[in-house]
Amino acid sequence: MGDPIRVFVPRETSAVSLGADEVAERIQDHGADVEIVRNGSWGMCWLEPLVEVEIDGERLAYGPVTVDDVTDLLKAGFLQGGDHALKLGSVADIPYLKNQDRWTFRRCGLTDPVSIDDYRANGGFDGFLAATKLGTAGIIDEVKKSGLRGRGGAGFPTGIKWQTVVDAPADQKYIACNADEGDSGTFSDRMLMEGDPFCLIEGMMIAGLAVGADRGYVYLRSEYPLTREVLGEALNAAKAAGWLGKDIQDSGFNFEIDLHIGAGSYVCGEETAMLESLEGKAGVIRYKPPLPAIEGLFGKPTVVNNVITLASVPDILIEGADKYESYGVGRSKGTLAFQLAGNIKYGGLVEKAFGLTLRELIEGFGGGTASGRKLRAVQVGGPLGAYFPEDLLDTPLDYEAFIELGGMVGHGGVVVFDDSVDMAAQARFAMEFCAIESCGKCTPCRIGAVRGTEVIDRIVANENRDGNLELLGELCDTMVDGSLCAMGGMTPFPVRSAVKYFPEDFNRPPGAKN
Amino acid sequence: MKQTYDKAAANELIEDIGAVPEMLVQILNALVENFSCINDEAVRHVADRLNLSRADVHGVVSFYHDHRTEPAGKRLVKICQAESCQAMGSDALTAHAEESLGLEMHKTSDDGEITLEPIYCLGNCACSPAIMINDRVYGRVDARRFDELISAPD
Repeated sequence: MGDPIRVFVPRETSAVSLGADEVAERIQDHGADVEIVRNGSWGMCWLEPLVEVEIDGERLAYGPVTVDDVTDLLKAGFLQGGDHALKLGSVADIPYLKNQDRWTFRRCGLTDPVSIDDYRANGGFDGFLAATKLGTAGIIDEVKKSGLRGRGGAGFPTGIKWQTVVDAPADQKYIACNADEGDSGTFSDRMLMEGDPFCLIEGMMIAGLAVGADRGYVYLRSEYPLTREVLGEALNAAKAAGWLGKDIQDSGFNFEIDLHIGAGSYVCGEETAMLESLEGKAGVIRYKPPLPAIEGLFGKPTVVNNVITLASVPDILIEGADKYESYGVGRSKGTLAFQLAGNIKYGGLVEKAFGLTLRELIEGFGGGTASGRKLRAVQVGGPLGAYFPEDLLDTPLDYEAFIELGGMVGHGGVVVFDDSVDMAAQARFAMEFCAIESCGKCTPCRIGAVRGTEVIDRIVANENRDGNLELLGELCDTMVDGSLCAMGGMTPFPVRSAVKYFPEDFNRPPGAKN
Repeated sequence: MKQTYDKAAANELIEDIGAVPEMLVQILNALVENFSCINDEAVRHVADRLNLSRADVHGVVSFYHDHRTEPAGKRLVKICQAESCQAMGSDALTAHAEESLGLEMHKTSDDGEITLEPIYCLGNCACSPAIMINDRVYGRVDARRFDELISAPD
């Protein structure tokens, strides 16, 4: 009997949510000549569960595979590459993937996420090994040169943040990875942590080496139980193989990572609230200054970075900052892992250089709405991002262009709505969500959000509509100018954009539906 | 899952995680996982073990959505209410769930079988609408699939 046939079935939340575990089980039941590898997802969610069979070193994909398809696939000889209606060929030839600029996600889908050997065989930890030779100044120079900005949403230059931590004298420094990916329409952190968790670990190690921190924390949201499992396994594997702990690979560098789980609070994605939560407290935000880079976790200088920011660093050190910087436009350099979500035909993850337009993303990659109805609104950047109408789809995706339009690229989430959407209801939801999730520290956010829902209710009910629209505008100004963090300060973005671009939805007879 | 607070078992959990104030959120998470909720006895016990006031612990418990103070039903059903799922009909799904289960959001059935709750994003936004039953996420859930999942054995 020869080697078993390797079959790849993703262990990734979207794939599993559509039955990947059952599919893997059913294929395994076929017999002992099959070895199931639970890989990450390639990010083509509409094809999940996407199953690949390895034949003579080449991988052939079939998808989307339901558990009921397995018997039929086996009959068609899919383990030998047999033809079947679900046969897709090589994933690399699928235009959705072929037309991307995969950088941070280059291993995602390819490898076994918890296998150190697989990671090493695909360039893993080479970035760290390069970093040990570069030293603090060398690493930070490269990160600065790359133009990498914080991928969590704020877009602050990563190299400058790291430099600030280096320059802050202290006996202890920390790396805190923000994996509290709470924005609706975003899942790139999750996909990276489920599909290539060592890449995040390596990014944190490099950050630690650069700023002189020997302890890191990952703050992961509780809504991601499968991510917790995969990342936990990866952390244990890294420890067992000597890639975490004391004197890593004889480099003299010590580094440990603790995994902390959130408890269902959206505002804990705000960096200072996250630090409070990491200290065991309620996630009430802190005043800034002092910046976390100067007084962060337990009062010590702390690098707070998003998952994708950290995971982008290893390849910057391998491929070179110049190469990363050659992607993108203006001051938005490199790639962003956009996420196509909501009412979209081909939803998933698209890593692309900055500068493509929303239309290219939604129509080119996403294939338009899932419902087949007319697209009416697109929310970019999560619940604090603006809603754009169809005629703004030619806006290029770059940080500055979106700020100019009163929105943000944020974490790269793109949520599509068809023409059945009621934009007054969406504006109301933005206020309601802020009221539910506000940490309560500042009044504009805590009270403003509650008043916001009430004012929108009165506008919809046509009670002194003009006066209340004016009041809503003033309330939004107060929240933007007076809130301590982005929660209250940016909740007006979706509200204002809904009023501005979809005024007809605020001007209907009471009780009338869209 | 035990439904009543077990001080000895809780002590073990606290020791494993670390009996220090900075681990309070993690300890409370573990208590919910193991005992379904954080009751008054748990608050007193944790405060005592971490040398915090009961008010300190209560302040944290009341801040976080996950730190429930009433036990959940055997099956905790969370329906995503965030924008991506709204765009794919989570409102209709929620209405269907409430009606078919005869339960409002945030309520537990009288027989203790099911608790229905909203959740804001499960990160499964390319497969909306999404729901979570206990620790498992399901994607593209319409009314029919919801009924199948609810009637499926555990």
